[in-house]
Amino acid sequence: MLGKLDWSAIPFDQPIPLIAGAVVLVGILAVLAWVVVKGHLPYLWHEWITSVDHKRIGVMYILLASVMLLRGGSDAIMMRIQQAVAYQSQGYLPPEHYNQIFSAHGTIMIFFVAMPFVIGLMNLIVPLQLGVRDVAFPTLNSVGFWLTATGALLVNLSLVIGEFARTGWLAFPPLSELSYSPGVGVDYYAWSLQISGIGTLVAGINLVTTVLKLRTKGMNYLRMPMFCWTTLASNLLIVAAFPILTATLAMLLLDRYLGFHFFTNEAGGNVMMFMNLIWAWGHPEVYILVLPAFGIFSEVVSTFSGKALFGYRSMVLATMAICVISFMVWLHHFFTMGAGPDVNAIFGIASMIIAIPTGVKIYNWLFTMYGGRIRFETPMLWSIGFMVTFIIGGLTGVLVAVPPADFILHNSMFLVAHFHNVIIGGVLFGAFAGFEYWFPKAFGFRLNDRWGKLAFWFTFLGFYVTFIPLYVAGMLGMTRRMQHYDVAAWRPWMLVAAVGMAVLTIGVICQIVQLVVSIRNREALRDRTGDPWDGRSLEWATSSPPPVFNFAFNPDVRGEDAYWDLKTHAKQQSLGHDAPEYHDIEMPRNSPTGFVCAFFATVMGFALIWHIWWMVILGGIGAFATFVVFAWRDHDEYVIPAEEVAAIDRVNLEERRSLVSMAGTV
Amino acid sequence: MSMTATAGRAHADPHHIGLVIGHPGPAPKRIVTAYGFWVFLLSDIVMFSCFFAAYAVLADQTAGGPKGSEIFEQRNVAIETVCLLLSSFTCGMASIAADVRNRFWFYLGMAVTCLLGLIFLVIEFREFADLVARGYGPSRSAFLTSFFSLVGCHGLHVSAGILWLLTMMAQVFAKGFRADVLRRMMCFALFWHALDIVWVGVFSVVYLLGSGV
Repeated sequence: MLGKLDWSAIPFDQPIPLIAGAVVLVGILAVLAWVVVKGHLPYLWHEWITSVDHKRIGVMYILLASVMLLRGGSDAIMMRIQQAVAYQSQGYLPPEHYNQIFSAHGTIMIFFVAMPFVIGLMNLIVPLQLGVRDVAFPTLNSVGFWLTATGALLVNLSLVIGEFARTGWLAFPPLSELSYSPGVGVDYYAWSLQISGIGTLVAGINLVTTVLKLRTKGMNYLRMPMFCWTTLASNLLIVAAFPILTATLAMLLLDRYLGFHFFTNEAGGNVMMFMNLIWAWGHPEVYILVLPAFGIFSEVVSTFSGKALFGYRSMVLATMAICVISFMVWLHHFFTMGAGPDVNAIFGIASMIIAIPTGVKIYNWLFTMYGGRIRFETPMLWSIGFMVTFIIGGLTGVLVAVPPADFILHNSMFLVAHFHNVIIGGVLFGAFAGFEYWFPKAFGFRLNDRWGKLAFWFTFLGFYVTFIPLYVAGMLGMTRRMQHYDVAAWRPWMLVAAVGMAVLTIGVICQIVQLVVSIRNREALRDRTGDPWDGRSLEWATSSPPPVFNFAFNPDVRGEDAYWDLKTHAKQQSLGHDAPEYHDIEMPRNSPTGFVCAFFATVMGFALIWHIWWMVILGGIGAFATFVVFAWRDHDEYVIPAEEVAAIDRVNLEERRSLVSMAGTV
Repeated sequence: MSMTATAGRAHADPHHIGLVIGHPGPAPKRIVTAYGFWVFLLSDIVMFSCFFAAYAVLADQTAGGPKGSEIFEQRNVAIETVCLLLSSFTCGMASIAADVRNRFWFYLGMAVTCLLGLIFLVIEFREFADLVARGYGPSRSAFLTSFFSLVGCHGLHVSAGILWLLTMMAQVFAKGFRADVLRRMMCFALFWHALDIVWVGVFSVVYLLGSGV
């Protein structure tokens, strides 16, 4: 009846996950109770959960990512404490638990923090920058988000019911095969990634179509803001790479569930095929994450230097070059597999070549700043911090791209330091820069500057204090994923890293405080003009937060930096906007399809993990029924009458007239 | 797309490449839908290519079990292929019927497509059942694992396609040839034809190459 599920699945003997689970459960119940008692439930349901508005879906993505960042961050804190105390002792974590923590940390940080964060920002901003009303497929967008949330939910369920994988974040076989991992940990891993992976693919298809087919009048490819370009590149990579992940996980699951022999030791299975497949997805994944961050830095650096982006076309070229080359380097993740010097040399060189377009980008940002009027607002701090940090990460990356060096550094703490260097210094800094930069656009008020800067400095310094010691420990021969160790030379570095972790944590706390303080002072921080940073691209041409239809009329773009152009021209001709002619606007109707789909996906995923077959069938039927019901709708759009559009837009235009007289100085 | 010379519009062409290619604005819904679905189909083909790659890697790993030439039956595969290619034709007829809003030919075309698809699936299922009964199931060897997965993945797509096909017939029955129904019909037709292309790959790589060895 309940498959493999029974009371032994709840880890009554392990206090840490149980207490953590209880705290989370109480927290969720408290929030739910508060929502119900205060009567916010209908609002949440109608305005957020069933929303197909790209801006709200973007906000929900970022919210999911932030919550999961806390979860993945606490895993990181636990690991750093363990390695600090586990010198010639067992530490405070049992090996079983420690292995689950590092697997969960990697999985969560990549799939449920970095991915939703960048997809959320892209969702929120790209249609605005393109000057259009919505993404190509609004309801599908909601489905994609909720499937990602399902994946996150399943990972968190594994904390209390059953266990998570003990295999590392990529679940390498044969360790992840049934004979070595008989528990449900790997199944939790595989099904949550499978479900959220489908959500990511859906988002990718949606954004590619949006960028290629839904640009406003006059928005040529070479007039698109950089963030749209990097979004395009990143989502092309999603569309090309995520099916590989789907296929690979499907193969692993077939091995585990039906006794297939893709990656087994016996009957001719090939373990190295898993390495090839997973990294053929995994390497592009790195660029899926970092390319949007590059786009954010381009926008931020240009805005806060008061200059057009230097070398715009070389930037586009560099972006697309990275997009292509990132697919040709995957083998550098296993130089030690014995492919031979020729193969290793080719992949080593291909890996180093990526440094060229990346270098082009760094120089372009520097030249954009050169001669500009730089304002050191918080997003700019994150961008400059990124440039310094990412160069170090890039250089160590070129180092490990040298096959002989990689034979020594492979699987060492040096490697751990390297990829944290690029992922934190690249993706996370980018996400934070984008968060600070576009927060006023999403919510209509700025974030507190003082706490933002404090958050930056603590995170920035905390990062270095944590990860530079890991480089050293790696050089001293410390391998990754160590439960405990007996080498005295590593100890001091682990202690320093733990201190760095504490500093990093203060940075995170500052960010939470910043949010609380800003929400409390939101009236004082209100952005009435819709253009708080004197921005250059179209998202600043509409009010903050934008109306549901984004733009009252489709903007007509005449060049790069569309909004900057508009402002300067308006100023030169000393007039505001011409009174535009308003038309009725058709917008897609909200739909619970996404939420209902995710509900059935959760049921199905949980049932598959625990082998509860009747429930699997029920979930499948439910998912199909949802699609049919959605397809049966007769009215999928509603009309906003022209008078209402005019009324909403007039307020925005009034505020903007006063702005035009002040800003737009070239 | 209209092209205009740069004269007098230097502002629109800051890099002086000589031509300004005007962008007309968002594409119509039909184009957007078809485009998005194409992108999905490409991603689906990437997924298939992984199973093709796995088959290529594992084809010789028979672990003492049968080789491809010992288990493939050319006659069955030929019938399967004819069914699927014919169904693509009838699906095309159904699309044309939908475009001219002819219910009778639409239903007929879809029904024949469904029938041919079902015949394909029955033959495939019998082939699989027969192999399993002889002890050559997917867990016998890595070769059989990759064979069952690749061919089965295609079969699964065909099954989903039939489910979709029936839904489309029901939709036309209930809603008529509405714009959104027609867009879905177009996507379904793209899907069904793409399955044909994948089958040509399966047919060539698995059955033709495999039988010769």
